[in-house]
Amino acid sequence: MTTVSIKKVTLSYGTKTILSDISLPDIPAGSLVGVLGPNGVGKSTFMRALAGIGDYQGEICLNGESIEDMTFLQRAGQIGYLPQSLPQHTTLIAYEAVISACRAVRPDLASPEVEQMVEEIFDLLGIRHLAFMSLNKLSGGQRQMIGLAQVLVKKPSLLLLDEPTSALDLRWQIGVFDVVRTVVQQRNGICLMPIHDINLALRHCDQIMLLSKEDGLLAFAPPIEAMTQDNLRRAYRVDGRVETCSQGRPYVIAEGALPLTDQKIPA
Amino acid sequence: MSSLATPALSLAQSYKRLTIKRMIWLGILSAVLIATVITNITIGPAGLTIPTILKGLIDASSLSTNEAIILWEVRLPYALMAVVVGACLGLAGAEMQTVLNNPLSSPTTLGVMHAATFGASIAIVFKFIPFGLPENYVVPVFAFAGAICSVLVIQYFSRKFGATVDTVILIGIAMFFALEASISLIQFVADSDSLQQIVFWTMGSLARATWEKVAIVSIVLALCLPFSIRQVWKMTALRGGEDYARSFGLSVERLRLIVLFRVSIMTAVAVAFTGVIGFVGLVGPHISRLAFGEDHRFYLPGAALSGAFILAGASILSKSIVPGILIPDGIVTALIGIPLFLALLIKQKRTAK
Repeated sequence: MTTVSIKKVTLSYGTKTILSDISLPDIPAGSLVGVLGPNGVGKSTFMRALAGIGDYQGEICLNGESIEDMTFLQRAGQIGYLPQSLPQHTTLIAYEAVISACRAVRPDLASPEVEQMVEEIFDLLGIRHLAFMSLNKLSGGQRQMIGLAQVLVKKPSLLLLDEPTSALDLRWQIGVFDVVRTVVQQRNGICLMPIHDINLALRHCDQIMLLSKEDGLLAFAPPIEAMTQDNLRRAYRVDGRVETCSQGRPYVIAEGALPLTDQKIPA
Repeated sequence: MSSLATPALSLAQSYKRLTIKRMIWLGILSAVLIATVITNITIGPAGLTIPTILKGLIDASSLSTNEAIILWEVRLPYALMAVVVGACLGLAGAEMQTVLNNPLSSPTTLGVMHAATFGASIAIVFKFIPFGLPENYVVPVFAFAGAICSVLVIQYFSRKFGATVDTVILIGIAMFFALEASISLIQFVADSDSLQQIVFWTMGSLARATWEKVAIVSIVLALCLPFSIRQVWKMTALRGGEDYARSFGLSVERLRLIVLFRVSIMTAVAVAFTGVIGFVGLVGPHISRLAFGEDHRFYLPGAALSGAFILAGASILSKSIVPGILIPDGIVTALIGIPLFLALLIKQKRTAK
C-alpha cells in the first residue's frame, strides 16, 4: 500500500517560482494520475521534486517518510522516475542498459535475481527482440521503451513517468499503459505521469491533475470531473468541446486557440 | 546479432555467450600485447639475436654482462614502461569519456598534461634541486606536483559550482589556456638549453624508463584498478544518460568527481616520467568501444590494453624508423594510432551496412 502526501509544495525553476503552495488530496493506491497542463507549467519540475532530485519547499512524503530524508538508495528502490529525455545514443546494448540500471545501485542483489528481473521486464514490455541491439541503432520510440524498462525493472511502488509515450506509436502507447497498470497493481503503487496527449490521459488515467499558469492546481479529480470546457480554457487557453463518448468517457475536441493572458512583455 | 536472441535461450544465457566472446577477444588482445612487448625487446642497435634474448629472459646468467645490462636495464624497462603508461592513459581516457559524456575527452582535456608540463618547465628552467631529491627525479616530481595542483583546482571549483559536465569542462578549458600561457611565459624567459629540454619533454619519451619508474606507475595503476572495478556498473549506467543514471539513484556529481580524481592521478603519474603523450588516452577508449561496446567490465580493460598496445607499438616504431635514433614516443603514437583507429572505424562502418 503506497501513500504519497504532498503538502504546500512550492517549486522553482532557477529563480522563478512556477508552482506555489500545491497540496494534493490523498491519492488512492493503485491509481494512475495524469498530470496535465500547458508547456512550462512545471510538470517536469514537479516530477523531479517527487523523485528527490529537484529542489522544492514544502512537504513531500512517500509512505510517511520525507523524500529529502531518504538516501539515494532508498529512493532508488521505491521510486521509478522516467526522465523526459530519451536514453542517449551509445554503443551500449539494451540488455546492458537495463541490467546496469539495477546493478549500479543494488550491489547487494545476487546475479540470478537481477537477471530474472531483467528477463521479466523485457517480456512484460514485449521488447525481447531489442535486447541485443545497441542503443545507437534503435529508433526514438524503441529507446523510450528501453528507458521504461530501465525504470520499471525494479518494480518501484511510486512511478513518475515523464511523457512515457511521447515517442511511441498507437500500438505501443496502449502497451505501455497496460504494463504500467500491471506494475502499479502488482505493487499496489501509484503512478504520476505528465502527458501532452489529453485524450490519451483521459482514456487511461484514474485521476487527472490539471495545472495552469494562473491558478496553479486547477483540478485533481477523475477525468470526467477534471476536464471541463472551462478548465480546458483556463489551463490550456484553448476553446474546445468536451464530449462524452458512448462508453461515458470524456473526449476533448479542440476548436481554437485563445489569446494568452499572461503574455507580459518585459519593460 | 539476431542469432543470439533465439527464443530457446534466456536473455541472461545469450548475454553470457556475448560475455564469453568478449573475454576471448580480451585474451587475444592481451596475447597481441605480449607479442608486441617481446618484439619491442628484440629490437635495438646492440645486435642481440632473438634466441639470445629469449634465453636471457628466462635465464639471465646465460648473457654476458653487457648483454644483461642492455636487456634487463634498458630494453625491458623501456618496453614495460610503454605498457604501463599506455594502460594508465587508456584507462584514464576511457573513464574520462564516460564521466564527461564526451568521446572527445581524454586525459589531456582538463589540462592535467599541461599542468604537468608547467611543473616540469619550472623544474627545468629554475633548476630547483629540493633537498634530498635525486636529480633525475626533480622533473617528474615537479611535473606530478603541477598535475596534482590542477586536479585540486578543478575539484575545488567543481564542488563549489556543481560538477555538471559543462562546469567541469569549462574549468578545464580555462585551466588549459591559463597553463598554456604560463608555459609560454616560462619558455620566453628560459635560456636556449632549458628551452630545448622543455620542448623535448613535451614530445614525450619513454627513453628514461627505469625499473623504479615502471614500478611506481604500476603500483599507482594497481591501486586505482580496484576502485575502477567497483564502479563499473555505475559508469555503465551513466552511459544511458545522466538523467537516467540520476533517476536510478546514482549520485552523478559525486561519481564524476571521484572518477576525475582517480583519472588525474593516473595521468599525472604516467606523464610525470615520460612527458606529454597525447592521443593514447583519446584513441585507446575508441578502439575498445568499437571492439567491446560500452559494458565497462570489458570497455575499461579493453581501453587499458588498447592504450598499452598503441604505446608499445609506437615505442617499437620510435626505435626502428631511424635505426640508432630514438624518435620521441609522443610523436610516433599519433602516427601509429591514427591509421589503426581509421581502419577500425571503416571496418565498423562496413559491418554496419
